Amino acid sequence: MGTTVLEPKKKSLLNRLPVSSHIRQSVGLQRTMLLIGVVLCAVFVVAAIFAPVLAPYGYSQISDDAGSFPAQAEPGGKHLMGTTVGGYDVLSRMIWGSQTAMAVIVAAVLMSIFLGVFLGLVSGYFGGWLDRVLVVIADAIYAFPTLLVAIVMSIAINKGQSGFWGGILACGFAITAVFVPQYFRVIRAETIRLKAEPFVESAQVVGASSARIISRHIFSNATRTLPLIFTLNASEAILTLAGLGFLGFGIEPSSAAEWGFDLNKAMSDASSGIWWTGVFPGLAIVLTVVGLTLVGESINDLNDPRLRGRKAAGAKGAPGPSTAAAQSAIAANVRGL
Amino acid sequence: MATLIDAPPPTVAAPTSKSAGGGLGRYILIRFLLIFPTIFILVTLVFFLMRITGDPITAAQGGRLPQEQIDALVHQAGYDRNLFIQYIEYLGHIATGNFGRTISDGRPVIEMLAKFGAATLELSINAVMVALLVGIPLGMFAAHKRDKVPDAVLRMFAILCYATPVFFAGLLLKLTFSVGLGWFPVAGRASTTTELAMGRLAAPTGVYWLDALRSGNLAAFGDIVHHAVLPAVALGLLTAGVFLRLVRTNVIGTLGRDYVEAGRSRGVSEYRLVTKHAYKPALIPIITVMGLQIALLLGGAVLTETTFEWKGLGYQLAQYLTARDFVAVQGIVMLLAVIVAITNFVVDIAAALIDPRVRY
Repeated sequence: MGTTVLEPKKKSLLNRLPVSSHIRQSVGLQRTMLLIGVVLCAVFVVAAIFAPVLAPYGYSQISDDAGSFPAQAEPGGKHLMGTTVGGYDVLSRMIWGSQTAMAVIVAAVLMSIFLGVFLGLVSGYFGGWLDRVLVVIADAIYAFPTLLVAIVMSIAINKGQSGFWGGILACGFAITAVFVPQYFRVIRAETIRLKAEPFVESAQVVGASSARIISRHIFSNATRTLPLIFTLNASEAILTLAGLGFLGFGIEPSSAAEWGFDLNKAMSDASSGIWWTGVFPGLAIVLTVVGLTLVGESINDLNDPRLRGRKAAGAKGAPGPSTAAAQSAIAANVRGL
Repeated sequence: MATLIDAPPPTVAAPTSKSAGGGLGRYILIRFLLIFPTIFILVTLVFFLMRITGDPITAAQGGRLPQEQIDALVHQAGYDRNLFIQYIEYLGHIATGNFGRTISDGRPVIEMLAKFGAATLELSINAVMVALLVGIPLGMFAAHKRDKVPDAVLRMFAILCYATPVFFAGLLLKLTFSVGLGWFPVAGRASTTTELAMGRLAAPTGVYWLDALRSGNLAAFGDIVHHAVLPAVALGLLTAGVFLRLVRTNVIGTLGRDYVEAGRSRGVSEYRLVTKHAYKPALIPIITVMGLQIALLLGGAVLTETTFEWKGLGYQLAQYLTARDFVAVQGIVMLLAVIVAITNFVVDIAAALIDPRVRY
């Protein structure tokens, strides 16, 4: 975590955007991994946005003009990836599933950033008993298996069943509960560090209000790590959503397509050798998570000058930890509190 | 929970200026006392979250029984009283080990926990063994081949391990090795005969392979191992990736140290340098991270058990979730919380015993 605050000079917008500037910086293997990640993420986003156009059928469609879809049809012909027991088209549900996943990620991450950043700033800046209480609660939740937190939350919200938007919000909230402690820790640690910086003190001396100091001076400096945490967490949000869906706590199949739920239904198919109902939604999960992880990790490595690819200088001889040093620093900060 | 973060050699870097006198005994005591607020907070959160939208009887039976009957049941169980009074009562019950009765099948929760906890323990032990057997050697190999092709391949492998949900890994394993090749059974902890034999044992531990070994039943032991392979691999790979990266990072770190360089100049083989000299100091952070992995492991166990119909806590949890039996769910969740809290305590103590710099 460097302490440089200001960019030396304004670069063109394309250069300053998080991901594109990272692509320019990267070389060799690192660049390949980042590009693979970006492509996978792009496919995911495009599938999510254009699902109505791309998907051959609706997510709950079981018949068309030519009659009902066959059940458990093998891949090929009209159904490129086959159909499920209920007659759903696997390919269509896979594409529609990306929309559900994206809606949940956006909802969950936005809510947790908002809550986590807010609580982290306030708690770190003011300290006192509020800080202590929040830290203890965040620690308790943090140590707990994420899936169980999500389960408890989704029971609390809607007793575990609902339609599309209700389900998205419920899953979003459930995942939010998992992530708020993480954002909280990181932002709080940064806030405490920044609070002692001269520019904050000078703002206090000049008489700026706490609200102004927090929102202008600390906020903009404490949140630089957020894109990184965002990508790391987005992948975890997908896995948590799939886990919830797999346990039957996702969204009803008639109101949206959800990969984890489809995998759950595919479990019983597996014993009779029907592979296509499970493999395709599973692959969708894996590819999306791999994409997000590759982007997140590459950004992380590139943000740390020690880890940035050094083709010319030769990559050997750097004894430091080789991945995620920035993250380690955060984790160490947070753990040591 | 930030699984991909190669955990830091957490405390090595941090100057321990805060450690004022104290000593190990004091540290252990403080760390032990800290378990209680953690558990208390979780108990409180879980209680209120589970009850915020209604009582468990309506949740389980709503729509199935006439409303008057539900009301009578709710009244009988005391769920219509002030929530805060119920909470105090619940705390009292928990303190005396009374977790109530499940709603769907009316069994004492504590009995259910004891019965199925052993199966989950067994699965977790198996999975940790797989994770260590896969993760540590591969991590050392990756460190040895740093920045070469095998390292890149293994890095990708680690990401794949993390990115694949255990139930999908389980599905793939089943499709390949059970349905396709027929090498392993599709599901369950043991075949019916073995299950029966295990049921007849006096004073069983509930961990099947241990019971089989103690009773000298080798056929049963073979059968149990046969069943255990696929679930253990599915769950183990999830954590193997984390161990792999962790070992790699730390071995690379220690490989650059002077004493390793000294060993190299004395002509110690590269293999020995990696497996002996650089490896041991790299173990300390692994112990710490293993503690953090317990949470991940237990979450994964829930899904693995459901995938392989492994009759443990996770499988039961899924069943009770489907039945909307939230008393049972609450009991399982609480037990897992306690396990996580205690594991973290043990891990912290272990880390402190190994590395005297760890104190805070």
